Amino acid sequence: MNLQLPVRAAPGDTAATGADAAGVLLTVNELSVNYRVTYRRGHMLLRAVNCVSFDLSRGETLGLVGESGSGKSTIARALLRLVPAASGVARFRGTDLLQLSGARLQAMRRHLQLIFQDPLASLDPRMNIGDILDEPLRVFEPQLSRPQRLQRVLAVTCAVGLGSEHLHRFAHEFSGGQAQRIGIARALIINPDLIVCDEPLSALDVSIKSQISNLLKDLQRQLHLSLLFISHDLAAVRFSCDRVLVLYLGRVMEIAGCDALFKSARHPYTRALIRAAPIPDPVAARARRTVPLEGEMPSPLFAPSGCVFRTRCPMAIDRCTHEIPLLRQVGDSQVACHRAEEVGD
Amino acid sequence: MSAPPPLRIRGLSVGYPSDHGSIQAVRAVDLDVEAGEFLGIVGESGSGKTQLLLSILGLSAPHALLAGSIRYREQELLRLRTSALNQVRGNRISMVFQDPMTALNPYLRIGRQITEVLRVHRNASARDAERRAIEMLEAVHIPEGARRMRQYPHELSGGMRQRVMIAMALIAEPEILLADEPSTALDVTVQAQILSLFQELRARTGTAIVLVTHDLGVIAEVADRVAVMYAGRIMEQAPVHELFAHPRHPYTEALQQSIPRIDAPRPTHLASIGGTPPNPAALPAGCAFAPRCIYRMPVCESVAPPLVETEPGHWKACHHEGALGKLRGEVA
Repeated sequence: MNLQLPVRAAPGDTAATGADAAGVLLTVNELSVNYRVTYRRGHMLLRAVNCVSFDLSRGETLGLVGESGSGKSTIARALLRLVPAASGVARFRGTDLLQLSGARLQAMRRHLQLIFQDPLASLDPRMNIGDILDEPLRVFEPQLSRPQRLQRVLAVTCAVGLGSEHLHRFAHEFSGGQAQRIGIARALIINPDLIVCDEPLSALDVSIKSQISNLLKDLQRQLHLSLLFISHDLAAVRFSCDRVLVLYLGRVMEIAGCDALFKSARHPYTRALIRAAPIPDPVAARARRTVPLEGEMPSPLFAPSGCVFRTRCPMAIDRCTHEIPLLRQVGDSQVACHRAEEVGD
Repeated sequence: MSAPPPLRIRGLSVGYPSDHGSIQAVRAVDLDVEAGEFLGIVGESGSGKTQLLLSILGLSAPHALLAGSIRYREQELLRLRTSALNQVRGNRISMVFQDPMTALNPYLRIGRQITEVLRVHRNASARDAERRAIEMLEAVHIPEGARRMRQYPHELSGGMRQRVMIAMALIAEPEILLADEPSTALDVTVQAQILSLFQELRARTGTAIVLVTHDLGVIAEVADRVAVMYAGRIMEQAPVHELFAHPRHPYTEALQQSIPRIDAPRPTHLASIGGTPPNPAALPAGCAFAPRCIYRMPVCESVAPPLVETEPGHWKACHHEGALGKLRGEVA
């Protein structure tokens, strides 16, 4: 596929890309996000994200996985400034994303784009696809002439596997898979540094999922994109991501390279998640017959003391009740577990 | 000679009238449910899998056009009056739905909803019904049954609600349990709990389970036998190990190859099925999968292949003879 998108800065050209010398594009430090919720005639603080730190390199796809309520979407929303962060720093292109406001925030938004879970709901039903793709250019690159914009629109349409004949149609005329291609095109068209993909495959049918997975991966490689890939589907994360961050009740349980994580996860929760993911092969699925993890994730309003996972953890000991495990390096993983050394290979 | 299957579906069609002619959701489906088996029905959205399940208990929308035959033992369910059908529903054949929050009545306590089945079908006394309900909650691993009985659905977690649904469905010891995507709305660790609960209860009660899902992984975990649906038809039907080891239909093969796995080397590309599922209001004349099929022949575009038994227990609806395997070469 010959992409006629404008040439991106080469890796290492730090002035243009906003990445530091080590190639780190985004550094998140102790990010916390709270929601104020009403509870029995009063208010309570719901700690949706609690002291989460990670970084993302240029050209890297980082997976955020966890069950519903783990805080993965909240992290994305806080970085995009769609919900306020309670504390923390998110260093991106030389500034703290969380401190920006007004015109500087608006200007920063072009470097951060989002691909949504429900592709049809995220496209304006009254605009045709050509206008939907043109709008980000009109906003962020007003110096472009109409023909220049059209050229960009055509290039990105082609890059996501659609044709010029689609530009005059409206969202309702597209299938879910095609609509997701449009969503991807809209995110790509202004050449953002970072694209947040919030469950980009979950609403799609099985036979369409693989098309979109392949497309995202191809584009990521060709354009050297940096992606934050949020998903509850471990197999999809494994296919798409270079590194994975596992969340539970708003806290980081483990961060590791994709291969290391699936081969020798160090956190009991990561192991339980991997064991619970269905394998589409009856021989393999039945050979690993294991006891599923008991219980369900507690409400974040009443998170357990110490290690938040301890109420479901088969390895929990007294220490886990009193002492919050810090993220530390064990083997190939950064893991927050007092007993990580004992979690076998 | 084994006993005849308790449920026999023959030539079942479910259609809906629309402005553009009738939309065929289920087309000429033949399917047996054997006593005590775990049958998986897999298909994408719009494949007709849910419509097929709903039609068994007469739950299709009122304007649905049904044809064919659904025989449960000596009864023809398709032509049964509602009062007679109610003797079967929840009693001999019961159902678990995808979303337990909308399937449970939010205004009624859990206890009332579970015991209702026994009070209606078994004429049980309030005390007996309550005792059985608490036993049943224990069987689905809900502790403190007596306390849970007094709670309302919103006080329970999603996984707990689905357990209550399963308890309700099994309390009258039905012969067949129909489950429509029972674990799809749940988190993956809770899904694993529910699937293992189904297996445990099947082993203990001998109830046959028909589980509808879009997830081949779920099928591989629990089913004995599988039917693959596409555009309202059964494309392939086989014992689970046979289906996964030797898929005979190109659609089954493609589905299998397009799913990323957590236990195999990471491919650089997933095999993918080009195009999109057909519009049910404008189905192709021949095989509905033909436009997306890499084994397509001219005959596929004009003649719909019948479902035929190629080996004992293995059925396929495809003109292609001989081995598949084209896709496996494409996976790096």
